[in-house]
Amino acid sequence: MTTATSLKPAREVSSTRQPTQRSRRGSGHLRRTVVAWAFCSPFVLLFGTFGIWPVFSSLSMSVTDITSRDVRTPFSVTFVGLENYTALFDDPTFVRAALNTLYFVAVGIPLTMLLSLAVAVALNSGIQRAKGFFRVAYFAPVVTSIVAVAVVWRYLYKSDGMINSLLSVVGISGPDWLNDPDWSMPALILMAVWRHFGIPMVIFLAGLQSIPPELHEAAVVDGASRWRAFRSVTLPLLRPTTLVVAILLSISYLQFFEEPFVMTSGGPLDSTTSISYYAYQQFGFGNYGVASAASYVLVTAIALLSLLQFRIFRARA
Amino acid sequence: MTATATTTGPAFRDRRPSRRVPTARLVLYGALVLGLLATLAPFAWMFLGSVKPTGEIVAHPSSWLPRTPTLANFEQLLSKQNFGLYFLNSTVVAVACVLGNLLFCSMAGYAFAKIEFAGKRLLFGLVLTMLIIPGVTTFVPLFVLVSNMGLGNSYLGLILPFLVTPFGVFIMRQFIRDIPDALVEAARLDGAGEARIFLRVILPLTRPALATLAILTFLAQWNNFLWPLVIAQTEDHYTLPVALALFSTGANGTNYGLLLAGAVTVVTPIILLFLALQRHFIQGIANTGIK
Repeated sequence: MTTATSLKPAREVSSTRQPTQRSRRGSGHLRRTVVAWAFCSPFVLLFGTFGIWPVFSSLSMSVTDITSRDVRTPFSVTFVGLENYTALFDDPTFVRAALNTLYFVAVGIPLTMLLSLAVAVALNSGIQRAKGFFRVAYFAPVVTSIVAVAVVWRYLYKSDGMINSLLSVVGISGPDWLNDPDWSMPALILMAVWRHFGIPMVIFLAGLQSIPPELHEAAVVDGASRWRAFRSVTLPLLRPTTLVVAILLSISYLQFFEEPFVMTSGGPLDSTTSISYYAYQQFGFGNYGVASAASYVLVTAIALLSLLQFRIFRARA
Repeated sequence: MTATATTTGPAFRDRRPSRRVPTARLVLYGALVLGLLATLAPFAWMFLGSVKPTGEIVAHPSSWLPRTPTLANFEQLLSKQNFGLYFLNSTVVAVACVLGNLLFCSMAGYAFAKIEFAGKRLLFGLVLTMLIIPGVTTFVPLFVLVSNMGLGNSYLGLILPFLVTPFGVFIMRQFIRDIPDALVEAARLDGAGEARIFLRVILPLTRPALATLAILTFLAQWNNFLWPLVIAQTEDHYTLPVALALFSTGANGTNYGLLLAGAVTVVTPIILLFLALQRHFIQGIANTGIK
C-alpha cells in the first residue's frame, strides 16, 4: 500500500494528460485497445474460428452444390443461387418437417408457458411449506440428458406401456403413441413440456418475486377478485419476463432434434421429422448445400419469431 | 380506495397470501403433488427398471418394484458395452470445456465490462447475435473445418468448438460490470497493470459468477448431443449421450435392461451434482433469463 501511494504523485507528474476525462479518448486509448484485445484474444481466436466463421460458411454453402465429396477441393463447387432453397420447398419431406416444427412450436410453447406460469404462481402465492423442495423436484428434468430421458419415455409410450395402463384405469384405451402418425407429435410435445417447463418456471418465479406483493394485495383490497387482480396487475408486470421466456423457448423448440432422433427416427410417415432432423439427414447423405439451406430456414424462422415477439410485447406494453 | 375496502379494513389483513380458505390450499397442494408425481415418475421408472432383469421389464402387466433386483445390466454395460470409457470421454470433454470457459470468457468479460476499446461494440454485437444462432446452423461447416484440421474423431475435435461460448462471455461481462468502477480505477491509480487487476481484483470477486458458469457449462457439455454425434466416428471417442442414442436406435434397441442402465449412467452424475448445487443451477438459469 505504501509503495503504491508513493507512486501516485510521480505518475501524475510524468503524464501530460491532465484532465483524466479527456484521456479516455486520448493517447491512452490505443494502449487500452491493445490491452483489451489481448484479454479477448483467446476468446476471439476460438469464437471467430469455431463460432463466427461457420455461420458465414454455412450461408455460402447454402448457395452452392457442395457435397461431402467436394470438401477437400472447394474450387470444384458451383454457385447455384437459391436452387437449394427452392429444392427444399419442392421436397415434401422438408415441407412436412417445416410444418411439424411449426406444430411443435405452436402447441408446445403456449402449453409450456401456461403450465410453468401456473406452477410458478402456485409456488409463489399459496404455499409456505416445501416450496424449495417442489422447485427442485420440478426442475430436475431440465438437467437430465434428453437422450437418456427419451430412452425411458420411448418405453412409457409403448402401446402396452405405463401411460396407456394409467389411461386404462380411467377407462381410456390409449393409442400406440409413437407408431401412430396422429399421436406421435403430441407424444413428443408432451415429453418436451415435461422436460422444459422447469426453466420458464424458475424465470417466472424470479419475475413474480420482483413484483411487490402490495400491488396485487391493493387491487384485492380495492374489491378486485384474485383472478382479476392477477390479470390486471401481476400479468402486465410480468411482460418483460414473459418475453424472455417466449424467446428462450422459441429458440430451443424450433431446434428440436434429439426427440425424433432417439424416439421415432422422424417417423412414422415423417410425422415427427423436424427441420433440424432433416438437416442432419441431408448431412448424412452428403448433401451439405441442402443441409445448410435447411439450417438457414431455421435461422430465419428464429430471427422472425424473436422479432415478432418483441413487436407483440412492445405493442401491448 | 372504494367503499368495499373499508368494510374489512386493510389493517387487519394478514399480508401473507396463504391466509385463505383451507380447501383452496388443499387443492393447491394436491395439484402440486400430482404434478410432482408426473414429473418424477419417469425417473423412478428408469432407476427401478435398471435393476430389473430384462424379462421383468417387458413382463405384462408390468410392476414398479423389481421382484428380483440385479446389477447384471450395469455389469454388462461396463464389461461388454464400454460405458466406462464413454463415461471417461464425457468427463474429459466437459471438464476441459469448463476450464476453457472459466479462463477465456472471464478474460474477455473483463475487457468488455471495464475497458473502453476500439471494436468493442462490434465484437459484443457478434457475441449477442451468436446467442440465438442454433447449433444446427454451424455443424456442417464446423465438421468440414475440424476434419480438414485433422481433428476429426479426436478429443481436440470434440472440445475446441466449445472451449469458449458467447454465453460464457455474456454472463461474465454482466457480472463484472456490477463490480464498482472505483475499485478498478483505484487499482489502476495504484499502478497495477491490467493483468494484475484481473487476477487480484476481478477474479476473486467473480467467484459466484465463475461457479454458475462452471455448472452451466458442465451441464451443457455433459448433455451435448449433436456435435459429438457428428464428430466422434469410432466408439473410442463416443460420449455417453452418443453411445446411448446409437445403442438405443441400433440392433440393441430392444434390450431394455441395458438401455435403462445406460440412461441411469448418463443421468445419475448430473442429478447428484444438481442435488448438491441446486441453488446455483436454478439461480444461474433464472439470472440468465432476467438479465
